[in-house]
Amino acid sequence: MSVDADTVRKIAHLARIKLPEERVEPMKSELNNILGWVEQLGEVDTSGVEPTTAVIANSLRWREDEITDGDVQEKVLANAPKPMHGFFAVPKVIE
Amino acid sequence: MSDLTNLTLAAMRDGLREKSFSAKELTQAHIAAVEGARELNAFTVETPELALAAAETADRALADGAAKPLSGIPLGIKDLFCTEGVESTAGSNILRGFTPQYESTVSANLLADGAGMLGKLNMDEFAMGSSNETSAWGNVINPWRGAKGETLVPGGSSGGSSAAVAARIVAAATGTDTGGSIRQPAAFTGITGFKPTYGRCSRWGTVAFASSLDQAGPMARDVRDCAIMLRSMAGFDPKDSTSLDLPLPDFEAALTGDIKGRRIGIPKEYTIDGIPAEIEALWSKGADMLRDAGAEIVEISLPHTKYALPTYYIIAPAEASSNLARYDGVRYGLRETPDGGNLIDMYEATRSAGFGDEVKRRIMIGTYVLSAGYYDAYYLQAQKVRTLIKQDFDRAFEQCDVILTPTAPSAAFAAGSKSDDPIAMYLNDVFCVPASLAGLPAMSVPAGADKDGLPLGLHLIGNALEEEGLFNAGYALERAAGFSAQPEKWW
Repeated sequence: MSVDADTVRKIAHLARIKLPEERVEPMKSELNNILGWVEQLGEVDTSGVEPTTAVIANSLRWREDEITDGDVQEKVLANAPKPMHGFFAVPKVIE
Repeated sequence: MSDLTNLTLAAMRDGLREKSFSAKELTQAHIAAVEGARELNAFTVETPELALAAAETADRALADGAAKPLSGIPLGIKDLFCTEGVESTAGSNILRGFTPQYESTVSANLLADGAGMLGKLNMDEFAMGSSNETSAWGNVINPWRGAKGETLVPGGSSGGSSAAVAARIVAAATGTDTGGSIRQPAAFTGITGFKPTYGRCSRWGTVAFASSLDQAGPMARDVRDCAIMLRSMAGFDPKDSTSLDLPLPDFEAALTGDIKGRRIGIPKEYTIDGIPAEIEALWSKGADMLRDAGAEIVEISLPHTKYALPTYYIIAPAEASSNLARYDGVRYGLRETPDGGNLIDMYEATRSAGFGDEVKRRIMIGTYVLSAGYYDAYYLQAQKVRTLIKQDFDRAFEQCDVILTPTAPSAAFAAGSKSDDPIAMYLNDVFCVPASLAGLPAMSVPAGADKDGLPLGLHLIGNALEEEGLFNAGYALERAAGFSAQPEKWW
């Protein structure tokens, strides 16, 4: 499988990375190089093999449903690029 | 280099307890060494005031007979660990200026045990790289230089850590290892690096790259120093759902050097084309040394070895594309908003400006292999092959206790020599990645030098949770190899 320029543009948009038009062709060949190389996995017979979910056997723990943290609004917002009125702020999303 | 900075961590610890020098003297010597080594570009931020404050506390504790395991030991912390009140960027422009309001569990454990922090260590952006040439803070320079004085890379992604330990400007450092990022840079700089079993060290507060693989570990002068460091770094943490709730062994106590009757596995599939003869030679010499120390050498087979790297380069980018979705310009880090742009324009401009080329490439690969129609062919297949790789190790450890391989397929290479070919760069981790995929503990021990006098490492892999036996095998190898060369100071 290899990707074409339109697919590269689509992946970039899905990944929310603005890709200047002049970077589309170079990115296409870089991705195809890597995809061509990982393609060899297709030759491994994995019928009946379970995909790995955890490398070290471990079970998800339960804990009491109680508040263990909070009341730290200033800390939460301390690194926000543009906080407003105690909230994160973003460009307008509705007209 | 002062006599104090040239001590091992263990000797520093003992000297402090015997009052041969104070924590303040030890820390001041390191601060001077850090300031004198800025040409290496090993640090992103220096925090001498924090190191000195810790030293004062340590001197009081030492005087009161209340010293902790690392009281007065000045460390470097990889910039992937969030440190409260100290800029933490993961080597990326997208996190420039980010000042965590909390401390990662691993660094908090070290500080709680009395260590001081000299500063944050440079690294490949988001730990994606094997040469420390992708950092937004510029390349780290290996203190070792080529035969003709060429500038060499320190390995990666923990290249600031490896350079700082090798240059003797920190007592020891933290590293993180997703597919070799502790072990390969350790080999490139003639130091020891240890990646524990997945889950031994908490991932809480460590910037995530590929969460099913990421594991912190120590980088230090020798095996004992790594054992001391890991004891403080590791331990159960309820804030990490994959943290192992198991007793923590005294790793240092396991260092007897007695490996009589231990079985050392040599995997035949690790003989690969294009490996320099001197690395092959060092590998068999390593086996001879362990045999002479009383171990039994057994040939083993890990049939799916050749698929480990391609498996890794599906799984790691897939997890990275998901983990790095959080850098959106909303809550922390960089924000770029084009004039009149909407929310999506802001996301796309921020991420385009903030991420470097290698990170973008991996996010794109990860996004593609997880996208509708390709998930089964790439990601699911990779997770199945990962199971087969793990099963190979399970079978191998029925025949042996520890596996011996080279750490990296070359010594440190010249800066810029592999930057244009991602796959050539990825091949650096060919020997390290299989153990990462299987979650196994593994370490690199400096074991010899190439024809130019550059250090080469040997790689030992242990079974899950068997760090003690692994440390001891590493200790035996270290004693037999007797590697003591240091880079000549030019900085």
